[in-house]
Amino acid sequence: MQYMLLIYRSEAAIEAASKADTGQMMAAYGAYSEAMVKAGVMVSGNRLHPTSTATTVRSPAGKAQVLDGPYAETKEQLGGYFLIEAPDLDTALSWAERCPGAALGAIEVRPIWVM
Amino acid sequence: MSETNHIAEAVARASYGKLLALIAARTGDVAGAEDALSEAFAAALAGWPAQGVPENPRAWLLTVARRKLIDAARRNRTTHEASAHLQLLAEEIAEATADDVPDQRLALMFVCAHRAIHEAVRAPLMLQTVLGLDAATIASAFLTAPATMGQRLARAKARIRLAAIPFRLPEHADLHERLQAVLDAIYAAFSSGWTEPGGTEFRRRGLTQEAIWLCRLVVSLLPDEPEALGLLALMLYAESRRAARRTADGDYVPLDEQNPAGWDENLIEQAETLLLRASAIGVVGRFQLEAAVQSAHVVRRRTGRSDWPAIVRLYDVLETVTGSPVVAINRAVALAEAMGAIVGLAQLDLLADDPRLADYQPYWAARAGLLARTGAADLAGAAYRRAIGLEADPAVRRFLQGRLAALR
Repeated sequence: MQYMLLIYRSEAAIEAASKADTGQMMAAYGAYSEAMVKAGVMVSGNRLHPTSTATTVRSPAGKAQVLDGPYAETKEQLGGYFLIEAPDLDTALSWAERCPGAALGAIEVRPIWVM
Repeated sequence: MSETNHIAEAVARASYGKLLALIAARTGDVAGAEDALSEAFAAALAGWPAQGVPENPRAWLLTVARRKLIDAARRNRTTHEASAHLQLLAEEIAEATADDVPDQRLALMFVCAHRAIHEAVRAPLMLQTVLGLDAATIASAFLTAPATMGQRLARAKARIRLAAIPFRLPEHADLHERLQAVLDAIYAAFSSGWTEPGGTEFRRRGLTQEAIWLCRLVVSLLPDEPEALGLLALMLYAESRRAARRTADGDYVPLDEQNPAGWDENLIEQAETLLLRASAIGVVGRFQLEAAVQSAHVVRRRTGRSDWPAIVRLYDVLETVTGSPVVAINRAVALAEAMGAIVGLAQLDLLADDPRLADYQPYWAARAGLLARTGAADLAGAAYRRAIGLEADPAVRRFLQGRLAALR
């Protein structure tokens, strides 16, 4: 079955990070993605632009309300995701633990609801 | 009740967890397995009195439950994958001879105590799935509203199914850590029964027995795990003193005033044997240490006195392992017995600033007892009053009030 790993981290901390730290983080993500591809678990994954680029839409009673900004103001923000193929939660959690983002923020693991 | 009903009940009790674990391990769906199994038991209670008990009741129940599962799968238009699991289950039943079916209960216990399941719901989930206790009984033991408990259990089961928590024993590297979670849940079930020491309320007294049963099961399936042996020993030591903890009138009797003649020799012997087995394996842990403290108390049967110096040494190690203020209190009390009340009191003073102890009755009771022994009656009285105000058990409250009155 499939699981989504949702990567949360403080955008302020990412912006404040030194060039060396950022470079090291990118390299770690590169190695992590490659390991997932080699293990045959990777379905897809992407990074998201910061929440300053987000636009949120609600249409109560059919009338669209468009707001600039993220869905909610939070301490840590959704910054990227991986969609993986894993036989069970333990396997999915083992990949979440290895995600470089886990050391600096949080990885939410959600099973995919197949429609 | 007819004899057939008795047999059906007995089979139910002995087989429930085993059958549930077997089905749930195949389908990954605990709630679905419960539904199918309860229909199978209902069919047994309806049919067996007239038709007689089948030769292999367990296989009969499993066959009926499987049929119910297939019906449910058809109703829900379940995926191809689920039917494959049901096919495998059918094959297992066919292979199961009169003697037995594979035991998946340990895998089920690891699911119940999985790190993705909230800690507070692990013990209730285990009691319900492995032992078949109903949500109302579990709720009353954990002082929770039945509807709330039912909802928590239902959510946990949905999580097991949807997030696909695997039914299998952890890898060797993770086994000890994961087993600790299972043992912690069992101990939580035991403690929920233990806080009602008089056993005046039937339901809550019951859970200590259920916890011991669960731990015996773990020990029988993982015989070389020292902490499982240690926990079982610890619970048996405690259980051996149940009767001695109350007078005939229901008054509380503290450990040091209990008559060892009222302790259950058989349970103590079992506990001592288990603890020896655990220590022979050579990996010390919290439950073994706590059981060893109990062992040092029961030497009083022969010597007339607990081995206080040994108890102090055990609490020294326990304090390093757990860092718990509760352990520190017990250590201070043991120190007072070994070296005098002043020494114990000095240790308690070191804890006085811990905010967790502000509403912790045993701290104030221990403090009061030691102060009284040093002759500081006023301070002792104040501490006794604080302990009395924090105590929920009327018998213990009466005991503390008696001590307070004796100060004057």
